[in-house]
Amino acid sequence: MATRPLGAEVPAGALGSSSRWPAAIAALLFFCRKKPLGAVGGGIMLVIVLTAVFADQLQTYDPIATDAAQSLAPPSREHWLGSDHLGRDIYSRIVHGARVSLIVGLASTLLGSLLGGVIGLLSGYVGGTTDLVTQRVMDILQGLPLLVLALVMSAALGPSIPNVVLAISIPIIPRAARVIRASVLTIREMQYVEAARAIGLRHLRIAFRHILPNTIGPFIVLGTAQLGSAILVEAALSFLGVGVPEPYPSWGRMLSVSAAEYAQRAPWLVLFPGIAISLAVFGSNLLGDALRDTLDPRLRGA
Amino acid sequence: MKTYIAQRLGIGLLTLFGMSVVIFLMLRLAPGNIVDILFSTGGYVNPSERAAIEKELGLDKPLWAQYADWIGQMAVGNLGKSYRYDLPAWEVIKPLVPVTLELAALSLVVSVLLGVPTGVVSAVRQDTALDYLLRVFSLAGLSMPSFWLGMVIILGLVAWLGWIPPVTYVRPGDNLGLHLIQFMLPALAVGYRSSALIMRITRSSLLEVLREDYVRTAWAKGQSRRAVIWRHALKNAILPVVTVIGIEFAFLIGGLVVTETVFNLPGLARFLVQAILWRDYPIVQNLVMFIAVVVILSNLVVDMLYGVLDPRVRYGH
Repeated sequence: MATRPLGAEVPAGALGSSSRWPAAIAALLFFCRKKPLGAVGGGIMLVIVLTAVFADQLQTYDPIATDAAQSLAPPSREHWLGSDHLGRDIYSRIVHGARVSLIVGLASTLLGSLLGGVIGLLSGYVGGTTDLVTQRVMDILQGLPLLVLALVMSAALGPSIPNVVLAISIPIIPRAARVIRASVLTIREMQYVEAARAIGLRHLRIAFRHILPNTIGPFIVLGTAQLGSAILVEAALSFLGVGVPEPYPSWGRMLSVSAAEYAQRAPWLVLFPGIAISLAVFGSNLLGDALRDTLDPRLRGA
Repeated sequence: MKTYIAQRLGIGLLTLFGMSVVIFLMLRLAPGNIVDILFSTGGYVNPSERAAIEKELGLDKPLWAQYADWIGQMAVGNLGKSYRYDLPAWEVIKPLVPVTLELAALSLVVSVLLGVPTGVVSAVRQDTALDYLLRVFSLAGLSMPSFWLGMVIILGLVAWLGWIPPVTYVRPGDNLGLHLIQFMLPALAVGYRSSALIMRITRSSLLEVLREDYVRTAWAKGQSRRAVIWRHALKNAILPVVTVIGIEFAFLIGGLVVTETVFNLPGLARFLVQAILWRDYPIVQNLVMFIAVVVILSNLVVDMLYGVLDPRVRYGH
């Protein structure tokens, strides 16, 4: 699975071209044609990333500036998506929320996958008792629902962005460790690894230099799949008040503070942040599915 | 079979033990304890008063002693005392259990009723517009936060029907109809989300089975469409579906944490959030352990079901 080069499904002609760019574009076009839904997901993610990057340019108001006169204003030409109970502009807060959600989601996914990946790599490569003990520890971490574990962690650490990232990454570790371990078990038995051992390379070097790069396929698949749930967990934690703290505008927090109280009078408080969360998760799910089908045919449809 | 169950229960106990250590340490790492929070409203902390409360609650002992106390007491069925309510933890937890179990069961029913048929239809009509529509529908369910979906359902009911769902918990004894409606709304929100995974696994598993020779034979014999799909094919495709249903049950409880808060239902999950914020250690520890037991047992039940659904599965080594 992991041994196949990344671009294996790209037509040979595209790879043969001399400059790198046309090849990349051809690969991208090929992906879009074969996986239209995945391309839609990629498009959604691209828009969200651009929104996060250019949030300062896209905002129409200061996202944390309050304005009592504009409290609970309905969507209008001044406030495109309305304003909340403190008169803060919902549109500008959603634009900035993209930044927070994406940073927290990406950072926790990356941290969790990296830690889990290293654990899985060592556990799979060393094998034996180490492997057995590691697997049991991973079982323990996986025995609790993701949200419950993140909730306890995040409440224990106290609300701050690095703590939320840490709390969300912990439940990802066992899932990543399991996936990477499985692919390491296959790669470990390959001839080139045997050759590396035969020429006397040290174990750590074999594991990190020669095996790890070949797990990139499952790694990407895992990462995109976990990104969606990381964004959802962040939203849930912030909704419960143990996630991203004020003053950062987070989509989940926008739903919590005011939404329940003012929802009947101002449904836009509830609708728009929720749509933003759903779109981001929908996009990463679509993209994740397509990438999985492309990079890891064994998992197709699972 | 018996040795297999004993073995599984043994592994389950070990897992629970490990989890108890993890949870215990995680809570102790947290800055602040119940005493800080009790005093935070007053603004002034009397050191001697503080020491007295900490002593009474056993917070002055070393960590290992606190842990040993907890496990020792739990072993004899004593769940400890809630710091906040000054009541035995079990007294506080007991009335919450049926609420959460009822909600989880209803959500599971919704997710199976929604997930399996859509999965079957999607597989039978593979690559048609209907298949795409159903897949996007299920992926949408996977993408929406269930607590948000719950809020939108309430908003929709109020806006279009002018009907406001009860804001406080309705006991089944007082008004069974209203009670069921009150539970069906969150069950729909949570169940829709869970149905997505069940739908996907049903679809892919059935697609595989539909290509098998014996299914072709069934078609060739002139069996009706319904008999081939629902009687012959689905029976063999259902095993992975059951696994996912078991996993989903664990996820469901995670989803309930927020959903119970949105719908204001006095269940375990909502209470867990409050207990965490209060640093009410005995309640948090016991609730988390309770959830872990439910997860481990549901996994065991799923494995047992394999044997019933597929006589080829044998237990043991």
